[in-house]
Amino acid sequence: MDEQKQNIVEIRHLFKSYHRGSLVVPVLFDITFNIAAGEFLALMGPSGSGKTTLLNLLAGIDKADEGSIRVGDMDITTLTETELAHWRANHVGFIFQFYNLIPVLKAIENVELPLHLTSLSKRERREHAEMALRMVGLDHRMDHYPQELSGGEQQRVAIARAIVTDPTILVADEPTGDLDRVSAEEILAMMERLNGEMGKTIIMVTHDPRAAQRAKILRHLDKGYLTDDDSQNPL
Amino acid sequence: MMILKILFRNAFHNKLRSGLTILGIAVAILAFGLLRTVISSWYAGVEAASTSRLVTRNAISIIFTLPLSYNEKIRQLEGVKMVSYGNWFGGVYIDEKNFFPNFCVEPRTYLEIYPEFVLSPAEKKAFIADRKGFVAGRKLAAKYRWKIGDTVTLKGTIYPGNWDFVLRGIYKGRDDTTDETQFYFHWDYLNETIKKVSSQQADQVGFYMIAVTRPDLAAEVALAVDKTFKNSLAETLTETEKAFNQGFIAMSGAIVTAIQMVSFVVIIIIMAVVANTMAMTTRERIGDYAIMKTLGFGSRDITILIFGESLVITLTGCLTGMILTYPAAAAFGHALETFFPIFIVSTETLYLDVLAAILIGCLAAIIPTRQAIRIGIADGLRRIG
Repeated sequence: MDEQKQNIVEIRHLFKSYHRGSLVVPVLFDITFNIAAGEFLALMGPSGSGKTTLLNLLAGIDKADEGSIRVGDMDITTLTETELAHWRANHVGFIFQFYNLIPVLKAIENVELPLHLTSLSKRERREHAEMALRMVGLDHRMDHYPQELSGGEQQRVAIARAIVTDPTILVADEPTGDLDRVSAEEILAMMERLNGEMGKTIIMVTHDPRAAQRAKILRHLDKGYLTDDDSQNPL
Repeated sequence: MMILKILFRNAFHNKLRSGLTILGIAVAILAFGLLRTVISSWYAGVEAASTSRLVTRNAISIIFTLPLSYNEKIRQLEGVKMVSYGNWFGGVYIDEKNFFPNFCVEPRTYLEIYPEFVLSPAEKKAFIADRKGFVAGRKLAAKYRWKIGDTVTLKGTIYPGNWDFVLRGIYKGRDDTTDETQFYFHWDYLNETIKKVSSQQADQVGFYMIAVTRPDLAAEVALAVDKTFKNSLAETLTETEKAFNQGFIAMSGAIVTAIQMVSFVVIIIIMAVVANTMAMTTRERIGDYAIMKTLGFGSRDITILIFGESLVITLTGCLTGMILTYPAAAAFGHALETFFPIFIVSTETLYLDVLAAILIGCLAAIIPTRQAIRIGIADGLRRIG
């Protein structure tokens, strides 16, 4: 019972396939595992192994064919599209490989964007966004547009946007995949700090062993199957 | 507020593409506005016509005349307030390119029946007193720089010879719909001159203008006039001034229909251009929309973004086109003053411009919105990078 309380994510018998015209392409097979609260988990595997698909499913941006995904108290596989959108806004922070900032918004406005779906006042939204940018060390560049920032800086803005709503989980899809080594190290250090100092649960997809090294738990996917049990990161 | 900020910035993010699309819409709206104004001008005479005035002409054709003796008989009919008469003179000033409408009329009654031709009492008096006098509309006098007292010679095309007239008054229109390009002189002057040459052609008028005591009596009076001259040598056809003018328009109905069709074709073409722009824009932004959906924004927000951007572009183009329509219409109207004496961009045309812009904006956004909403977030995110 205690162990169940500590799990923030519970995935049970998850199946997922894609349809390409009349062709059905199976991607994930009977995935079952848990993620404890405050964990930093890295999902590794070769291209096409289903890592991003699994991340998308547990972040609520794709639908499983079978199985359940419980995040906190909510089985998100039972939610409608609208309910899922609302759930994502409140519970998930996203960090993408290509930062995915809105190009017509300044850094501060990008960070503020998810707060527009909350009941915060304009002043509160601005305060929260400024605080998030301070946490990633970019408060001096808040009025810059994404194209005026380096890749590392854009990813830091993306991290600020991901944490500004104080989500239940942070999902990161190849967060260092588009960065040089120095910037990648900075981002990984920042994620480590978010996990270690702020207790954020982070699920990161990567095929970079250096990035995976920062995670506490490492899981491997191969051709849609989990190939290892819960284990401490051997890297 | 943030959605509005994004849609406005999106609309002008690609400045060259948005600028060219806005320019295209502006030109289309300008063309549409001018074509609609040409159509309105065509009907200006009908719109300005009074329902309490009747026109009586020869039943066979307008080119045949009626005897002057009908004047008294018409005047005595019940419901008739006043009768005037006149002829189309068809003279040209210096040469044929200087064409403008010119009529000989019975001056006292004609000016009574047409209160929209505003003359000062002194000018009116001078005109009525001088058998060789004429009055001209303000625009016509300005065009040829005629001043009161100037002698103007018209070359007769129906009535041969050079005809000298003295300008006794310059009338102003009571409102914008009054034609200020006409030329009126004394019917007596024409009649007396004709009498000297051919007495058979004298005492004939081209049309009678009848003012009725009440507009609702117009149909009754028209019937009574035509009945009076039934089985005579010159039977009459009487109709309201509006119907009479409409009869003229009907002769050029095919041209009006063609202009109307062209004006709508212009709108359809620009609709295709905007739809193409919006399709390209949405395809480029599909990743942005996927990010917004990922963050929790719904289909409603995406719909507002795409429809809003489309409408911002079309309405900016529309506003630019509407602003350009005024100087363009003024130049067009000035150049073709003889054919379109009243060339005014109507409020109705402006409403149609805005309506067309909204229609274009909405229709162009439908398919891109559908695509943006239907695409899965994961598929949309895959398009980035």
